[in-house]
Amino acid sequence: MIQLSANHVLYLVEAARWTILLSLIAFVGGALVGLPLALMRVARSRLLRGLASAYIQLIQGTPLLIVLFLSYFGLGIVGFKLDPLVAAGLSLTIYAAAFLAEIWRGCIEAVPKTQWEASDCLGLNAFQQYAYVILPQAVRIATPPTVGFMVQIVKNTSLASVIGFVELARAGQIVNNSTFEPFAIFAIVGAIYFAICYPLSLASRHLERKAHAGRS
Amino acid sequence: MSYKFDFAFLADKWPDFVAGAWLTVELTVASIALGFVLGTVCALARVYGGPVLRRLVGIYVETIRNTPLLIQIFIVYFGLSSLGLKLSAEVSAIVALTVNMGAYTTEIMRAGIQSIQRTQLEAADCLGLTRLQTILHVVLLPAMERVYPALSSQFVLLMLASSITSQISAEELTATANLVQSDTYRSFEVYMIVAVVYLALSALYRLALWAIGLVLFERRRRLGTPL
Repeated sequence: MIQLSANHVLYLVEAARWTILLSLIAFVGGALVGLPLALMRVARSRLLRGLASAYIQLIQGTPLLIVLFLSYFGLGIVGFKLDPLVAAGLSLTIYAAAFLAEIWRGCIEAVPKTQWEASDCLGLNAFQQYAYVILPQAVRIATPPTVGFMVQIVKNTSLASVIGFVELARAGQIVNNSTFEPFAIFAIVGAIYFAICYPLSLASRHLERKAHAGRS
Repeated sequence: MSYKFDFAFLADKWPDFVAGAWLTVELTVASIALGFVLGTVCALARVYGGPVLRRLVGIYVETIRNTPLLIQIFIVYFGLSSLGLKLSAEVSAIVALTVNMGAYTTEIMRAGIQSIQRTQLEAADCLGLTRLQTILHVVLLPAMERVYPALSSQFVLLMLASSITSQISAEELTATANLVQSDTYRSFEVYMIVAVVYLALSALYRLALWAIGLVLFERRRRLGTPL
């Protein structure tokens, strides 16, 4: 049997780069889709609100794993064979967009109503209202929960291992298959995830405290 | 695209899906109940415990909340068995989900407990309530009422996350889907059906949690308003 060695640990740390890359893809993709969705959720048109809300309910009521299987195996059999990285990136984008949209909707709604009224009175149009008055304030409210949600994204990239994409969790399984020391290996894998996620959690909490410094 | 959808396999396979969904319900109800108790005890320890206990609970919560559930499940199933403690896939799933649920419940309940004002505790003291009565009636129930929406969504999220236990061959809904699709090569249809079942389950859980909320919180039932 092969002994667990420093090389294995190095291999795991290198695989973590893919975890980080996948997290970035998911976050950027999720933000690009999530922001329009959040704006649709607070739109005046009932149709736009309904569509966005249907999407969010659908995704938040389905496990990410099933979305992943649908886009990898499902689309594959229908004739669109996706690369594991693309399938994982796509699924995580779909997932992150739904959650980010809901978080950001809350933040847009948290901007005091008087700000809308004041900008109306100043004769700003809808675009100007969002761009110069509402969104800059919403961003400040949104930063702590968004950073907090990044932790969820990083953790959920571990599911990409299921479709054979070699990121941190899959690398752990591969090392385990040759060394048979699951406890030690998955503890190390867990520690690497912790090393990525904990700073994000701390940052989120710090930002939260800073944002509420005026209150309490 | 010339793909033809074919749901004919459902004729023989539907009992498998029902059995899978039922195991999902069993696994998640068990781990929600156990995890809630674990989390509530930890939240009490976090707020009222001594410095060492508070620190320990903090380490538990941070460790679980900053590592993926998949890895936690692997550690319980593969890790513990390599150390000599062999658990079945289902028991491992419940253990891992309970430990995970407990950490999130701790954070949510802690927020609720901390929102109970000191004066409430002093009033309970003056009324001569025992420590246990105070904790149950003055601290826990009102705390739970305040954080009940957050708690409910966490419970639904756990139900969805239980799909990950398919990776250690607990034969729940997702694992059933994997089996059926490898039998029938109808992966798109299979996962669509399962997605619909999960959607229905989350709606059902939300409904059940709403009903439980009405039973538990008298104020909400009578006034129709949350605390």
